[in-house]
Amino acid sequence: MQVPVKPKLKIATTSLAGCFGCHMSFLDIDERLFDLIELAEFDRSPFTDIKHCGPCDIGLIEGGLCNAENVHVLREFRANCKTLVAVGACAINGGLPAQRNHLSIATVLTEIYHTQHGLVGGFIPNDPELPLPLNQVHPIHEVVKIDYFIPGCPPSGEAIWKVLTDLIAGREPDLSHGLMQFD
Amino acid sequence: MFQNKDTYTFLLDGKTIPFTEEQTIIQAAMAAGEYIPHLCFNPEFKPHGSCKICTVSANGRQTASCTQQPQAGMVVESNTPQINGERLALLQMLFVEGNHFCPSCEKSGDCQLQATAYEMNMMSSHFDHFFPDRPVDASHPEYLLDFNRCILCSLCVRASSDVDGKDVFSLAGRGIKTRLIVNAESGRLADTNFSGDDKAAHVCPVGVIIKKRVGFAVPIGQRSFDEHPISFTPHPALKDN
Ligand code: SF4
Ligand code: SF4
Repeated sequence: MQVPVKPKLKIATTSLAGCFGCHMSFLDIDERLFDLIELAEFDRSPFTDIKHCGPCDIGLIEGGLCNAENVHVLREFRANCKTLVAVGACAINGGLPAQRNHLSIATVLTEIYHTQHGLVGGFIPNDPELPLPLNQVHPIHEVVKIDYFIPGCPPSGEAIWKVLTDLIAGREPDLSHGLMQFD
Repeated sequence: MFQNKDTYTFLLDGKTIPFTEEQTIIQAAMAAGEYIPHLCFNPEFKPHGSCKICTVSANGRQTASCTQQPQAGMVVESNTPQINGERLALLQMLFVEGNHFCPSCEKSGDCQLQATAYEMNMMSSHFDHFFPDRPVDASHPEYLLDFNRCILCSLCVRASSDVDGKDVFSLAGRGIKTRLIVNAESGRLADTNFSGDDKAAHVCPVGVIIKKRVGFAVPIGQRSFDEHPISFTPHPALKDN
């Protein structure tokens, strides 16, 4: 009798209002990526270029919410991922993009597209395909339930690896001193 | 049971801690090399009892260990899942009330709020963020005040009035509206007699009172709490003991 092959876990990843630094840090697990693809395959992710997320075991979200599209993507992930993980400072507290939060969106857009040096004749982009900015940048736990968090800007490859391997092994993720960094 | 006045002891998480009549629970614990999480307490200053992070259970009653005096034979519990859970919630409230963007904060790695959050395993700020608007005061030539990170511990207030004899800082307002103010008609630090030699310039446990042009001279990752968790780092005032 043939032993049934254990299906691989499915992992999806995305970057919302982030800088892709957390994804770069994920790649810092280096050759352990080979171990990972023995156990898991990637669904929607910048690594695969799949555009929509199907049913997944683990979703990794980098970045906070700065526009309407970010909210849609986050909800798609929450609807499809059994376990959703906030990766990095921006997903957890808004991070650098949230430093605009005490300014009005009009002030920010005017400053960037009109006021600054060398912008004579500039205009605020208004293509209907562009997602509308939110008035403030929000951490993702303010909109959907998040199961686990990996702090850091970015979290180290070690920290991401530790949480992933804990989750895959069915352990409660635990970051010890040195892996838990807010900076 | 007779106990010699000089050898009063209480139990902290099962360990015997000697104390003198002048000491509060946290002071005796620190002198014995034991860590009780705290923010507004600093062994060089009179306890203030406001942040409540140092709350312990003393003979079954919750109390701030920085102001509570121990009794002989008292059973004190500090490092329990329930008390640490309450500390975590207090820390998370402090984080969402201000604007704490650690990656761009010059205090990161040397900050007691951040290090205590690591100690309490704070993975997220849990609550909704307030994102308050608190402009920075960069008027002084040597120091800047980033009010976004103030946790209202009053250490700068106590240092300025009790040690420097200057009253540069004060806490104004009540409840959620409490804020740190600077004692000048303009409200600006440059218009006070504040100086870098003041004790008040060196007591802030977080990244509010920042010396200019220092920045990241010590890189992130090589700072005091990167080396050791705060529970293993003696307070600077106690290091020589
Ligand atoms: S004061 Fe401390 S907790 Fe706040 S941003 Fe700076 S390092 Fe982070
Ligand atoms: S400025 Fe620093 S020392 Fe002063 S009250 Fe705020 S946190 Fe405490």
